[in-house]
Amino acid sequence: MASRLWASRAASYLRISVFNRGFASVVKDLKYADSHEWVKVEGKSAVVGITDHAQDHLGDVVYVELPEVGASVTQGGSFGAVESVKATSDINSPVSGKVVEVNEELSNSPGLVNASPYENGWIIKVEMENADELNSLMDSDQYSKFCEEEDAKH
Amino acid sequence: MSVFKAKNIGLPLMNLLRFEGLSILKQLHLEEQLLRTSSDNWCIINDGTNAPAIVLGLSGKPSELLEIGPVLQDRVPVIRRFTGGGTVIVDPGTIFVTFICNRDDVSSVQPYPRSIMSWSGLLYDKVFEGIGNFQLRENDYVFGDHKFGGNAQSITRKRWIHHTSFLWDFESRNMAYLKLPRKAPDYRLARGHLDFVCRMKDYMGRSEFVDKTAKQLAGISC
Repeated sequence: MASRLWASRAASYLRISVFNRGFASVVKDLKYADSHEWVKVEGKSAVVGITDHAQDHLGDVVYVELPEVGASVTQGGSFGAVESVKATSDINSPVSGKVVEVNEELSNSPGLVNASPYENGWIIKVEMENADELNSLMDSDQYSKFCEEEDAKH
Repeated sequence: MSVFKAKNIGLPLMNLLRFEGLSILKQLHLEEQLLRTSSDNWCIINDGTNAPAIVLGLSGKPSELLEIGPVLQDRVPVIRRFTGGGTVIVDPGTIFVTFICNRDDVSSVQPYPRSIMSWSGLLYDKVFEGIGNFQLRENDYVFGDHKFGGNAQSITRKRWIHHTSFLWDFESRNMAYLKLPRKAPDYRLARGHLDFVCRMKDYMGRSEFVDKTAKQLAGISC
């Protein structure tokens, strides 16, 4: 019980929500796609990665297929893939735009996606072409609920 | 081509394609095309590929996984597939079964590897009912602790593919092209290839397996 109380206080300080079922975390102030990618807006740029829920369900990530810098991405379209436990899974962009940076660290350390999905495990940075697209994404509370409903169905 | 709907184990309406001796490269091209451009559900059964070939998973590194010298000397084709997973050497004794599904048509299955494998494991439970202590063990299809089927998946936004290569029979000498993988399932216990795998033909007839699998799709009890 004490560790649970500590965890919830720490979560509150770090602006992280913790699910009651399972232990996938969600970060406030990010936006989320229903294909389990997150986006952090920094001016006209967007940093993109996959969520804790996704990495938890995928298992150990052994490889990340990254796009080229300069490639175009479309909201909902795939731009790369992660490989885990026998499966490759598409990574879909939550926003449209141009890839301006990729996380080269993932080539040597794909496990960063598991260990730090919202920080060091970021995947691409995109120069957004239409910030209005963010309105169609979920906020952290909506995404938490979405994940709970999805997990409850199975 | 046949269209079946299986009422049990939650199989959706599915197109069935049956081949014999289709080249594994053509099979993989077809599968990737159907995954990415079709909106139907498909089951593909290829009863033996036409010639031996080595097939790597998406991130497989030949230098780590293959005995390069003999592979080059014997001119064995090496193919990189679009799904994850490990390395296989396939030949006319390999039987391939593939499922390509819209995730909404199999709503009981979460689009993640373990959930997909559990689903397919249920189908094969029925195919191998009462035979050889069949189970899905870690991520492999085994009789007891001997692997006879390896599988892999690729998951897109709305669809997924799960394909399996079954060792109905194999040439023992072909296993010599493969190194021991660095990552192996726990139950392998550092066994060499020939101590780790087994032949399905020691448990079930070839056409019996193909027919039983096709019948499962039709919801006909075997």
